[in-house]
Amino acid sequence: MSAVDVQGVYKVFGHKADAAVEMLRQGRARDEVAEATNTVPAVIDASFSIERGEIFVVMGLSGSGKSTLVRCLNLMHPPTAGTVSIDGRDLMSLSAQELRRMRAEKISMVFQHFGLFPHRTVLENAGWGLEVRKVDLVERNRRAAEALELVGLKGWESSYPGELSGGMQQRVGLARALATDADVLLMDEAFSALDPLIRSEMQEQLVSLQQDLQKTIVFITHDLNEAMFLGDRIAIMKDGRIVQIGTTEDILQAPADDYVRSFVQDVDRSRVLTAGSVMEEPLAKILVREGPKAALRHMRERQTSGLLVVDKKRRLVGAALDDDVIAAIQRGEHSLDSIVSTGVATVSPETPLADCLIPSAESRLPLAVVEDGKLLGVIPRVTLLTALGRPNGNSEDGAAASSAAAEDTPATDDTTGTEV
Amino acid sequence: MPLETYRIPVGTWVDTAVDWMTDNLEWLFDAISSFLSALISTLESVLLWPPAFVLVLIVAAIAFAVKGWRFGLFTAVSFSLIAMMGLWREAMSTLSLVLVASFVAVVIGVPLGILAARNERFSSMMRPVLDLMQTMPSLVYLIPAIVFFGIGKVPGVVATVVFAMPPAVRLTELGLRQVDAEVVEAGEAFGAPPLKILTRVQVPLALPTIMAGVNQVIMLALSMVVIAGMVGAGGLGAVVFRGVTRLDVGLGFEGGLSVVIMAVFLDRVTAAFGQKASKRVSH
Ligand SMILES: Nc1ncnc2c1ncn2[C@@H]1O[C@H](COP(=O)(O)OP(=O)(O)O)[C@@H](O)[C@H]1O
Ligand SMILES: [Mg+2]
Repeated sequence: MSAVDVQGVYKVFGHKADAAVEMLRQGRARDEVAEATNTVPAVIDASFSIERGEIFVVMGLSGSGKSTLVRCLNLMHPPTAGTVSIDGRDLMSLSAQELRRMRAEKISMVFQHFGLFPHRTVLENAGWGLEVRKVDLVERNRRAAEALELVGLKGWESSYPGELSGGMQQRVGLARALATDADVLLMDEAFSALDPLIRSEMQEQLVSLQQDLQKTIVFITHDLNEAMFLGDRIAIMKDGRIVQIGTTEDILQAPADDYVRSFVQDVDRSRVLTAGSVMEEPLAKILVREGPKAALRHMRERQTSGLLVVDKKRRLVGAALDDDVIAAIQRGEHSLDSIVSTGVATVSPETPLADCLIPSAESRLPLAVVEDGKLLGVIPRVTLLTALGRPNGNSEDGAAASSAAAEDTPATDDTTGTEV
Repeated sequence: MPLETYRIPVGTWVDTAVDWMTDNLEWLFDAISSFLSALISTLESVLLWPPAFVLVLIVAAIAFAVKGWRFGLFTAVSFSLIAMMGLWREAMSTLSLVLVASFVAVVIGVPLGILAARNERFSSMMRPVLDLMQTMPSLVYLIPAIVFFGIGKVPGVVATVVFAMPPAVRLTELGLRQVDAEVVEAGEAFGAPPLKILTRVQVPLALPTIMAGVNQVIMLALSMVVIAGMVGAGGLGAVVFRGVTRLDVGLGFEGGLSVVIMAVFLDRVTAAFGQKASKRVSH
């Protein structure tokens, strides 16, 4: 059971919303339907499920329907059609009171301009969800203070929001959302109003909080770098429709259409793509016990002048180069032990491609991608250069590149972000 | 052909409606009348119960508390002047009319404003009514008020309520609409029921604007009560009216000066409450 499940959701603003949905279902264009029915189709046929602990990012231009979509998830905008379930419970079937309970306990929200109550202290702000739930004052204050501590605002409890900087205000917003212990966090452009530096600080804090808390987060942004930094998966919206859902790599390597391509073309691929996402199956490798003669045969078959040497648990031992192998055969040795050189250039799967360039240039062999001593794959120089030099990424080798998990995506140090 | 030949008897229609109301709604007018006169006479006797100087001290203390010693001193001096002009009784009578009328206007006006802020249709219905209430010459309200409630303080208060209420409605609506939509959403997003959002979020944040409305209500009420004084509501209005009819400039001036003194006090005090409210929300 998914934490959040959205099936065929439409949200149309206007009196003839139902007629508009009917027309959209028949495949009529959004503009045409909007004109004919005098409505605004803000979300059109959205379907996706989000797993527990996942950060699901919704990205798109202003007006593409992101805010509306996220408000469909707690029914602040009840969908015109379709279903929204949280933990398998269909929200549309809830009574007004049950729905309020759901909002107080299961789903909480963080707002773009913080949405703090200026007339309440930081502590009272953080405790709002608990107050709504009628948790008694002592318990409420304890949990609110706990949430504030979690976001690094210990000591500010009795201040008023207006006395805090933007970043701190949004921390209050985050604390308010965390204090209720809700499983699902809806964050509508939560960091968009912050300065670039504060913003990346908040992004990092969210990621580190998430490591402990494992919330299910729906994060709205119009900033691709933010989306890629935070998102386990990214949904890209255009004119009310979701045009692609995938990991950062999926979207970079195989953009669904020109719209998505235009988004990703400005991305600094060398920072976003990781070694793990472009590495290939190591063909030129040999087990250490196979010996020099086998090594020579491998090299001839693969037409290469060096092999990576692994043990039988696939741990990287080193490299064997052709001259050394031939010398060993001439000396009549039966083991590779004496000739294995340990100076193999290695990177971890999380290493951004930008940091692979120098090791790759300095190494005779393909870069070895190693995790916990194990050889996961290799990056031949051509692969590296191809991955970096393909701004419009039509993916011939997308399959090899799609295995990496998105949480390995490194921080981009371009804090201004790509405004789209 | 002159349009005048087609005389539309708007006046006759209004008369008919008023006649019907006096015939059929007498019980309602009686109830309102006895409620208001009880309120007025209680307040008046409370205000007149202590010797004038005691009340002057109390009023000055309020002035001091809200705006500091200069305003406190000014109030002490100016209210003493009222008493020493021999107009204390009339002034307290006017004050009680103003307070009762303002209280009723706020009690009716603020909820109407809340309704208007929440309901687009009600809001657009209210708007022309409020315009009418504000632009109609204030004396006109006295006529039906006298028809329904006779001569005296009650019709004065009723006319004053009608005349002074619009700012309470308007500024309550405005204040609520000005509350940041995201802040209200934040209330909703955590599952707060509408009433809680209204009382804990919207009204506190709209309070400075609502208080500005209350301030205007009180000032309008004061001006109307003086007019009402001319037709039997008594108080300072009657003093002014006597000055006018007898061409007694001195008496008219004393009455007018007392009105000004009370206006300054009421204005500054309610404005100070408004400032306090806005300080609370703009932290
Ligand atoms: N309450 C509303 N009534 C009518 N139209 C709306 C409403 N909210 C949003 N819209 C329209 O829906 C579309 C999507 O808006 P929104 O979800 O706010 O986009 P985004 O958050 O991606 O900028 C826009 O065309 C917007 O004008
Ligand atoms: Mg938005």
